[in-house]
Amino acid sequence: MTGVVQLDSVSKVYLRRSREFLHAFLSGWLRRAPKGGFYALKNVSLRLDEGDSLAVIGANGAGKSTLLSVIAGLSWPDEGTVTVNGRIAALLELGSGFHPDLTGAENLRLNAAVLGLTRRKTEERFDEIVEFSEIGDFIDEPLRTYSAGMIMRLAFSVAMNVQPDILLIDEVLAVGDQAFQRKCMEGILELKRAGRVLICTSHVAETLQQLCSRAIWLDHGRVIREGPVTEVLDEYQSMRTGAGKR
Amino acid sequence: MQGGNFGFLLSNLVMRDFRIRYRNMSLGVFWSLLNPLVMMGVLTFVFTKIFSSDTPNFHVFVLCGVVPFNFFALAWVSGTMAVFSNSGLVKRVLLPREIVPISTVLANCLHFLIQVALLLAVTLLAGYRVNVYWLLLPLVFGLEVVFVCGLSLASSALDVYFRDMRYVVESMNTILFWLVPIFYSFTAIPARFHPVYQYNPIAAVVLACRHILMEGLAPPVSLLYKLAIVSTLSLLAGLWIFGRLKRRFADYL
Repeated sequence: MTGVVQLDSVSKVYLRRSREFLHAFLSGWLRRAPKGGFYALKNVSLRLDEGDSLAVIGANGAGKSTLLSVIAGLSWPDEGTVTVNGRIAALLELGSGFHPDLTGAENLRLNAAVLGLTRRKTEERFDEIVEFSEIGDFIDEPLRTYSAGMIMRLAFSVAMNVQPDILLIDEVLAVGDQAFQRKCMEGILELKRAGRVLICTSHVAETLQQLCSRAIWLDHGRVIREGPVTEVLDEYQSMRTGAGKR
Repeated sequence: MQGGNFGFLLSNLVMRDFRIRYRNMSLGVFWSLLNPLVMMGVLTFVFTKIFSSDTPNFHVFVLCGVVPFNFFALAWVSGTMAVFSNSGLVKRVLLPREIVPISTVLANCLHFLIQVALLLAVTLLAGYRVNVYWLLLPLVFGLEVVFVCGLSLASSALDVYFRDMRYVVESMNTILFWLVPIFYSFTAIPARFHPVYQYNPIAAVVLACRHILMEGLAPPVSLLYKLAIVSTLSLLAGLWIFGRLKRRFADYL
């Protein structure tokens, strides 16, 4: 029996120099790890069951985003296997496919379609999404008239309405003002209570503590600690401040 | 992607491209009409006033070539760049990646339809009659769209790894402008080259258009089945190449 999300010794290799296009092409065509690459993930194994929530922490370039995109099925592992049982929604970036010349409503429908919502569900939840976003009458204006905060609010509202079994969130929780952030947190916690699996990365320790129960610490693509979120975070932060003093 | 909402996603992507193209233009759809009319005017001037051609209604003759070729050239170039210019979607969202170049090609179809309407209007104004073979036009143009989808799937996948792919495509288009019988007739081509021309789907579409619109004849069956075979094979080959290469798109975009 596999978990809702299960990774067995997953490794992922990236090319160091993007100019080696022939290597890149051959690795794409032969579906093999490119030669002379470096490991963005090395031997990562983890298992998440219903209701589990995992925080992924680590310095920039430690492999957090790579891990999420491998789990999301956007990028394939070079070694090991990834098993996902359920409908996955990856919030790796808010507002994927948003275009400034389209109106808020047009972007909303496009984004909903991109995230896998059907036409009927989109129309059913249309008003709900607009209301959640607090955009109001601006919904029929082109996106370029929106403030950055408004765009993020619209994007997050669509994403929250996809109702996935597995939710991946990469650094996208810094949305809008504090009141709206609280609303987003509430939405995510509700999904968690409904037994959904949550995996998120953030540089804000409080956010992770509120949302997740477990944590893994990645360093140069390897898992170096795994455990309850508070313990791993404490260790991580004391290591960082220790390094800062030196 | 989960669920069967491929159609919803496709229509949203096609409408996005279409809206973006026309929303900020003051002349809008007029541009779709202007370009083939200018081409028609210039080519007609050159080949009736400078090189004298004995083809009657040369402007209709040339427009039968310009309209299918224009669509082919534009759709193929934009299809080639589709994956790269939608890298945000390809890298960050789980969608069937094939939909990206296909929706770009289909967005060009709306443009194409307007030009086909222009072609039919010019044909009727020149005194030709509507005939029963007009019913074959959707099939002929449909096969052209299938062909461009196949080519674009292959070239857009290659474009991820070789960013100069778009320039290769542009050069190919320049060559094809001369090798497709746009401003000369099929009969002017030496007989030994005929088979090569008939296996070129764009040439086949142009020839079929002239048969139907100008001669009021059904295009030869052999021409149609060659067009169908090449278009289908190109789509299958495109899907195969794209499928082979798409796994690493996120790594190299």
